[in-house]
Amino acid sequence: MSRPGFVLEVDDRTPPLVVHEGLGFRLEDGFPLGTRVVYPPESLPAVPDVDAAIRDALLHPHDSEPLPALLFAGMRLTIAFDDLSLPLPTMKAPDIRGRVIEHVLTMAAEAGVDDVRLIAANALHRRMTAAELKHIVGERVFRSFYPQGQLYNFDAEDRDNLAHLGTTDKGEDVEISKRAAESDLLVYVNVNLVAMDGGHKSVGIGLASYNSLRHHHNAKTMVHSRSFMDHKHSAMHHSAWRMGRLIKEHVKVFQIETTLNNDVFPKPFDFLQKREWEWSVRDQATMLGVRRGLAAAPHKLRHKMFHDMRSVYGLTGVNAGEVEAVHERTLEKVHQQHLVEVQGQSDVLVMGVPYLGPYNVNSSMNPILATCMGLGYYFNSYRGQPVVRKGGAVILYHPLNEGFNQLHHPSYVDFYEEVLAESTDPVVVGEKYEKQFAHDPWYIHLYRTSHAYHGVHPFYMWYWAAHAMDHVDEVIWVGADRRAAARLGFRAASTLADALEMASGTVGTSPSITYLHNPPHLLADVR
Amino acid sequence: MLALEMFRSVSRTMAGKAIGGRMPGVLSGFAAPLRLVTIEEPRVDRPGWARLRTRLSGICGSDLGALSGRTSLYFSAVVSLPFVPGHEVVAELLEDCEDLPKGTRVVVDPVLTCAARGVEPCAACAAGETNRCERITVGHLSPGLQTGFCKDTGGGWGQQLAAHRSQLHPVPEGFSDEQAILIEPVACAVHTALRSGVRSGDRVLVSGAGSVGLFATLALRELTDAGEIIVVAKHPLQKELARTFGATEVVDPGEVLRRVRRLTGAFQLEPEFSSPYLLGGVDVAVDAVGSKQSLETSLQATRAGGRVVLSGMPAPADLSAAWFRELEVVGTYASARSDDAFAKATDLVATDAVQQLAKGVASYPLHRWREALDHAHSAGRLGTAKVAFDPRSSQ
Repeated sequence: MSRPGFVLEVDDRTPPLVVHEGLGFRLEDGFPLGTRVVYPPESLPAVPDVDAAIRDALLHPHDSEPLPALLFAGMRLTIAFDDLSLPLPTMKAPDIRGRVIEHVLTMAAEAGVDDVRLIAANALHRRMTAAELKHIVGERVFRSFYPQGQLYNFDAEDRDNLAHLGTTDKGEDVEISKRAAESDLLVYVNVNLVAMDGGHKSVGIGLASYNSLRHHHNAKTMVHSRSFMDHKHSAMHHSAWRMGRLIKEHVKVFQIETTLNNDVFPKPFDFLQKREWEWSVRDQATMLGVRRGLAAAPHKLRHKMFHDMRSVYGLTGVNAGEVEAVHERTLEKVHQQHLVEVQGQSDVLVMGVPYLGPYNVNSSMNPILATCMGLGYYFNSYRGQPVVRKGGAVILYHPLNEGFNQLHHPSYVDFYEEVLAESTDPVVVGEKYEKQFAHDPWYIHLYRTSHAYHGVHPFYMWYWAAHAMDHVDEVIWVGADRRAAARLGFRAASTLADALEMASGTVGTSPSITYLHNPPHLLADVR
Repeated sequence: MLALEMFRSVSRTMAGKAIGGRMPGVLSGFAAPLRLVTIEEPRVDRPGWARLRTRLSGICGSDLGALSGRTSLYFSAVVSLPFVPGHEVVAELLEDCEDLPKGTRVVVDPVLTCAARGVEPCAACAAGETNRCERITVGHLSPGLQTGFCKDTGGGWGQQLAAHRSQLHPVPEGFSDEQAILIEPVACAVHTALRSGVRSGDRVLVSGAGSVGLFATLALRELTDAGEIIVVAKHPLQKELARTFGATEVVDPGEVLRRVRRLTGAFQLEPEFSSPYLLGGVDVAVDAVGSKQSLETSLQATRAGGRVVLSGMPAPADLSAAWFRELEVVGTYASARSDDAFAKATDLVATDAVQQLAKGVASYPLHRWREALDHAHSAGRLGTAKVAFDPRSSQ
């Protein structure tokens, strides 16, 4: 029986607490007495027989006929799936998506379906390499489809292979993969790692072009997504839902959503998901060894140590059928795994930004991505109201020194050097520069032929953080490169004590503090 | 009279060439083929010539190049050693010169044309393209492309020099000497702007933000319909000045290609073991430095069919882009009478921006020439617009 999440109040007996900071972590012993520490629930038990669960979901879907009844000879079947931005860290093989796809393909074969395409729903994310695709779909599926060109990355700039399905009642363009739109059945296989994922966001965003995405990926929408981990109160999700309902009028979507438990850190890093005072002697020795090793290791080696990590997630649920009916059940499971009740807001929110986010898998956590991770995903890990009060302060831990990966993030460099040098206001930079970057032929070329994120992607990262920037008065990075922090429009401090001192002008000298102890993932249900 | 004299010294020239670029202190120490001497006042007893007393004389990049041995030996045929350097000159007439009475304050157009040499005008001079004069080694003067490179005329780095009426431009009332000393380099920039062939709305890259680059920026902004002007600047004050003089974008040397690529929507290629270049880029690039890196950057950042203007004296560089992209590579040397460059330059120097800049001109007496050269080498970093000699001064 796994224990629920809880809120610890720091007292004299509280040991130093783990705080993630990029390619490493620190044991922070400087939390003032009374600091609230929000721990995620322990991992839920995994489904014992994954294949049986998948098969059962496909045969007993929600608000839909069973999958075999939707398959027939001569049909066009498209299977789309989430890209490598999920789950985080990457799942140890076999990936759950590959296992689901195998079942779908088996049923399709039994029904005599031979026109099948598998499309990675990477939207404006970078094209995955063959090895990355193989990791997701598995060796057998990869060998059967990839060489024939029947397994590929979605290309949001391939004008000939996009279909404009119309506009929503709010005037939002809906433009998605033509192959998907013109299929007799579109099966979407997702990994619903956090509450933000899935639902109409899967097809409506994963297979959409910039023409569609621009309607909800903008500063205004993001500021009104409170939070985007709570789709009922997220303007971004409202837009995606409107689009999804329009898509439903054109193509039959059979949604398969999977949920995972919180087994994020494999051995020997598993001590990182235990509560510090429960560390065994072995855990403490491992922690010490890892810390010493990280301190001595050069950057490249540390990067390899972390990025080679493969998580041994357990499947907690799989649901299939009509998108909204499925997603409702998915969210129940996600909440069960992530939700922690927190009473009231605090003046200061403390978060450690780890080495990995959705957009730096096998890549670098550059300062823009670190901001997105801290002020975007982690800040928005709430339901109800933000953990920090309006006008409060956010303290983040990350060195901001990883630099930029020129292969994956070419437009990020220009965004950082040119756009942020002029303004850090998401609205201002969006209005002036977004279209330039979105339509830049060089970025488009790199997105289509190399492994670069789309030119507009750094803007989206900045928009993710717009709600936090709008909500708080002070953002301070502990242990960060000062010049990088300044370029982002923030300040840097050496220690938590310094950061609190710097924030005292905003929140006073005895602020209430909450530290979100993640990863593993949590969702603060702030009352 | 006292003067600084550049003399023939193979050992010093070699030493300067070897290490002067990396260690400018060496250049102003033992390695410069320059000495402070007492010599006879220069005098040219020909019609139209007069003696002048130097008030200020600037140190130009080409002077530093010559002293450090970086200047191509190509030019050895058009100078006559030993000579007194200094071709950016504000002086006063010590005697009447045709229509100009004694005591008139003038700036000198340094090119020693057919008129100054007392020969029949060559085709270029006849057309007013005086900077292209084909008789710069003949006539009654020793070879010398300009005042300051000819042993007969003297130069501004001496207390007196000789100049021909055709070279003299009276300084308007109200101009300080520091302002006036900028007229000649601004005239060169006027010529650069007119040679650049900029059409309405063209994107222009100016590589370098020393005085050559800054004045080129000013002239391009004031005399052409250039659209965006992107200036490559290294130091903070240069960046600020570049914006004041009309740059729309100011970029660090390390980010030129990236920024030009972004602004123009060009494609960037990464050749093996070589520096990247653009397919696409600016319409016109002005190399205002002359170094290999700056010239190659200009070539690599210019669109096919575009124009690269050599404003700085060029170092050897990879010209592959010029061939492959069919670039027009044009030189721009001094200024031409047909441009009316000195009159235009005088107007530009009268603007507030240049007046402010002129306040930063640093002047040295001749005997502190080592300090002056040191200062000139570091002028960009120190935020000095121009370093000059004031031969009247003893402090």
